[in-house]
Amino acid sequence: MPHLENVVLCRESQVSTLQSLFGERHHFSFPSIFIYGHTASGKTYVTQTLLKTLELPHVFVNCVECFTLRLLLEQILNRLNYLSSSEEGCSTEITCDTFNDFVRLFKQVTNAKNLKDQTVYIVLDKAEYLRDMEANILPGFLRLQELTDRNVTVIFLSEIIWEKFRPNTGCFEPFVLYFPDYSIGNLQKILSHDHPPEYSADFYAAYINILLGVFYTVCRDLKELRHLAVLNFPKYCEPVVKGEASERDTRKLWRNIEPHLKKAMQTVYLREISSSQWEKLQQDDQDPGQLEGLSAYTHVELPYYSKFILIAAYLASYNPSRTDKRFFLKHHGKIKKTNFLKKHEKTSNHLLGPKPFPLDRLLAILYSIVDSRVAPTANIFSQITSLVTLQLLTLVGHDDQLDGPKYKCTVSLDFIRAIARTVNFDIIKYLYDFL
Amino acid sequence: MQEELNKNLFDSLIKFLQKSHSGFQKNSRDWGCQIKLREIPTAALILGVNVTDHEFTFRSLTEAIQNNVTPYVVKLQARDCPDIKHFLQKLFSQLMDCHVDVESKEEEKDIQKKTHCSMDSLSSWYMNVTQKTDQGKPRKKRTSSQWQSPPVVLILKDMESFTTKVLQDFIIISSQHLHEFPLILIFGIATSPVIIHRLLPHAVSSLLCIEIFQSLSCKEHLTTVIDKLLLTTQFPFNLSEKVLQILTSIFLYYDFSIQNFIKGLQLSLLEHFYSQPLSVLCCNLPEAKRRINFLSDNQCENIRRLPSFRRYVEKQATEKQVALLTNERFLKEETQSLLESLHVYHTNYFLVLRCLHQFTSSLPKYPLGRQIRELYCTCLEKNIWDSEEYASALQLLRMLAKDELMTILQKCFSVLNSSSEKQLGSTAKRIEELLAQLQSLDEVKEEEDASGSQSKGLQKTDLYHLQKSLLEMKELRRTGKKQTKFEVLREKVVNFIDSLVREYLLPPETQPLYEAVYFTAAHTLHEHLNAAPRLALHTALNNPYYYLKNEVLKSEEGCIPNVAPDICIAYKLHLECSRLINLVDWSEAFATVVTAAEKTDANSVTSEERNDIIHARFIRAVSELELLGFVKPTKRKTDHVARLTWGGC
Repeated sequence: MPHLENVVLCRESQVSTLQSLFGERHHFSFPSIFIYGHTASGKTYVTQTLLKTLELPHVFVNCVECFTLRLLLEQILNRLNYLSSSEEGCSTEITCDTFNDFVRLFKQVTNAKNLKDQTVYIVLDKAEYLRDMEANILPGFLRLQELTDRNVTVIFLSEIIWEKFRPNTGCFEPFVLYFPDYSIGNLQKILSHDHPPEYSADFYAAYINILLGVFYTVCRDLKELRHLAVLNFPKYCEPVVKGEASERDTRKLWRNIEPHLKKAMQTVYLREISSSQWEKLQQDDQDPGQLEGLSAYTHVELPYYSKFILIAAYLASYNPSRTDKRFFLKHHGKIKKTNFLKKHEKTSNHLLGPKPFPLDRLLAILYSIVDSRVAPTANIFSQITSLVTLQLLTLVGHDDQLDGPKYKCTVSLDFIRAIARTVNFDIIKYLYDFL
Repeated sequence: MQEELNKNLFDSLIKFLQKSHSGFQKNSRDWGCQIKLREIPTAALILGVNVTDHEFTFRSLTEAIQNNVTPYVVKLQARDCPDIKHFLQKLFSQLMDCHVDVESKEEEKDIQKKTHCSMDSLSSWYMNVTQKTDQGKPRKKRTSSQWQSPPVVLILKDMESFTTKVLQDFIIISSQHLHEFPLILIFGIATSPVIIHRLLPHAVSSLLCIEIFQSLSCKEHLTTVIDKLLLTTQFPFNLSEKVLQILTSIFLYYDFSIQNFIKGLQLSLLEHFYSQPLSVLCCNLPEAKRRINFLSDNQCENIRRLPSFRRYVEKQATEKQVALLTNERFLKEETQSLLESLHVYHTNYFLVLRCLHQFTSSLPKYPLGRQIRELYCTCLEKNIWDSEEYASALQLLRMLAKDELMTILQKCFSVLNSSSEKQLGSTAKRIEELLAQLQSLDEVKEEEDASGSQSKGLQKTDLYHLQKSLLEMKELRRTGKKQTKFEVLREKVVNFIDSLVREYLLPPETQPLYEAVYFTAAHTLHEHLNAAPRLALHTALNNPYYYLKNEVLKSEEGCIPNVAPDICIAYKLHLECSRLINLVDWSEAFATVVTAAEKTDANSVTSEERNDIIHARFIRAVSELELLGFVKPTKRKTDHVARLTWGGC
């Protein structure tokens, strides 16, 4: 199949294995095949093109979309139905609720003339979602051939190894096929394959070479790399278009593009700024530094008392409650930290994470850290709830809301320090870990 | 009047949305070229933490999008979508509703009957709809936008509360269907966009094409609202210093919510019209004048009773005093003129206030506040020129550089010119004069500079000469510093401003009839807006007289009246206990208190029966307290209940 080799690059061995597994049309093939490999290692692409070019009857289903069993089964059946009755053009919606029904209906559907004598392939993409569905699904699909007594092969595509799938009740073992990651050579070959028609293949290959040189250390995802290649190519061509350099002048082109790519790595790759913004920047030829990325907007504006509530919550979360006396009473006496420590408390509370605290403790700390008198008004309480909706606090344990809700503070130390600075509150002085 | 307030707010909101919206439209236009990259165009709308305002913002945003971009707008909330199934169902049904012009309602029902909806059916439905509209109604609706197929806009109102899995799955699914189902996402983010990274892994966020739109910060928003509603003569209603202080402090300290601020404003408006009999005069000037003519005797009497009016009367000559106090007609005429002067006073007041704000807002450390509302508050409170801050501000003003002074003066000039009335025409002219003087000074100086540089250029060859001339120039400057023309002029400007302030920024209490248009009952407003449920409950239980107004219940501090409702007695007794309360002791104490009064008619009922009644009363009181959340049964000790309020566990 010379045509196939032109379309599918660097996956020759896998393709030949699959082809030999499929065998002739009417042969019974292996009941289930499990293909796994890292993101963007061509699993879906290879399977799809293989089945398409060989013109085998197949159904391709993405398990993310089918969040219920019913959706999944119905989709398979309907597509099969469509395949078998494509000549007549009539199709009725099949409803199917259980796997039992599925087996029965599957037999009916595959009875059709054009499906009878050949292997039917069912491809389940993102098969890891099958694990979250009913327990009988995965073993059922694995031995679908046996159950239905039809010539059918189920192909699973997943990013997770087979061992993580194996149900503890035991099941039929599929044929496991691994798609290894592309090597740098493979990547280059694949990326250079789709060069734009205006430019020669060599020119584009040189560009890809530079691109890989910058990005290969951080990213091996083919999809991402392709995305980046498309985004940055116009910039690379700029000197050629302007006539400043010829296509062969790689060194000059390299000097032109390299800083640009590095900038791209800091911004576009992390999606700090969107690709359309990046394109706009390229057109305007501006410095991308002017454009603030996503993480530039870290500042959060909060009402005055909310800040104090948050600070109080943070203190309540990270200080042991026994130490409250020491921090918030005027005449606490000199209690040294060493006397205070029990053995298990030697580890920093910040390493252990926030602890839940009752609402009353939060309020008590709040009253002692705010200078002016605060009445426990409805506004304060509603502020606490709105902080919970903002996910700055979380409610812990929701069985007995009225009695005394407990909260946890989920913000980071840096965040709370920034907040405390705006209200002139030295939070470090009040934290037990920093005594 | 309230409608006016609302409308004004709405206008300002729309204005502030327009910025983000225009950016959004741009974003959606880019969609065409994005499609090949399989990225979902996404707008991250940072809205700030004032959650209560968001609903309003989203509503107007939806309207704007529906008018300008696409009829298909869906708003989703996190609480509606616990999992992906509900998410899609909600999306489906809302989309159906959006599609208003469906002729075939049965068909719609048909689709809805299918209990589950997948993305597949969604996209096929979308194809159906768009094709139908293309055939049936050839671009009737979509004149403003030239879409072949209008995109579907999905607004996620509270990004923070969505579960990670739902969002991830949805984004993956929809990115696969982007070709058939053009989708645009809008994330409503309250905190910061870092949340996107926290919620979505890189594999998912790489499917999005995110652009950020920052909405106006709520503080700025407050400033514009105050500017538009209070600092104008358009609305005669005004707030006294304390009320304004309460409203702004609730805003700044508690919730950052414009909606609540507006509600407070409306409440004070209502309160004012309700409690102040003379509030009939709080309307436009011509209308007020008309109304004065129809004032009844009673209302005239009310006017006479106003403290500000009395002060005014006392200042008048004796005959006039008598006339004012006895003659209704004369009183009415006088009132009309007083109202007019009040109006004039307001016009001038706001203008001068703005000018002063121009001056003070640029000073270091902001002695008079950064925002005009702070300045306004201090001005309302007292004579501003008596305050220390004002003195220090003037001091600082005397040190301003020339270009700064120029720009400020220019701004003041434009402020003064912006008003249509000619009250302060002379002031504007004066400022213009000052400006011109400064300008001329500038020119003179420039000439000097030019000549200086020329001479410098001549002597350039000789280093020694150059040094010498520089030294000379320095000395010249030092000596001249004491009395440059600029200094004199600056002094003049500052004095001028000072005089302006002293003339026009009098606190409103000095004006007769100010009570008619100023709302002063800060205390009631505070009570209404800053509710304290715990406090109210405590007062109710501790001091039942406060709410029940029964004379019998009046009692001094510390003792427990036996006639009080049972729950009050139980509550007071429980206050004296520690964390765990012994029920037996409590009931004993309760019985003692209750029986203390009933000794007189003890004979009527047998003691056993009475004990039973008291016991039942006690149990009811305790269970009521439990219902209110003061005590709860505990398993730590039998026959004990735990206190839940202060000091409770």
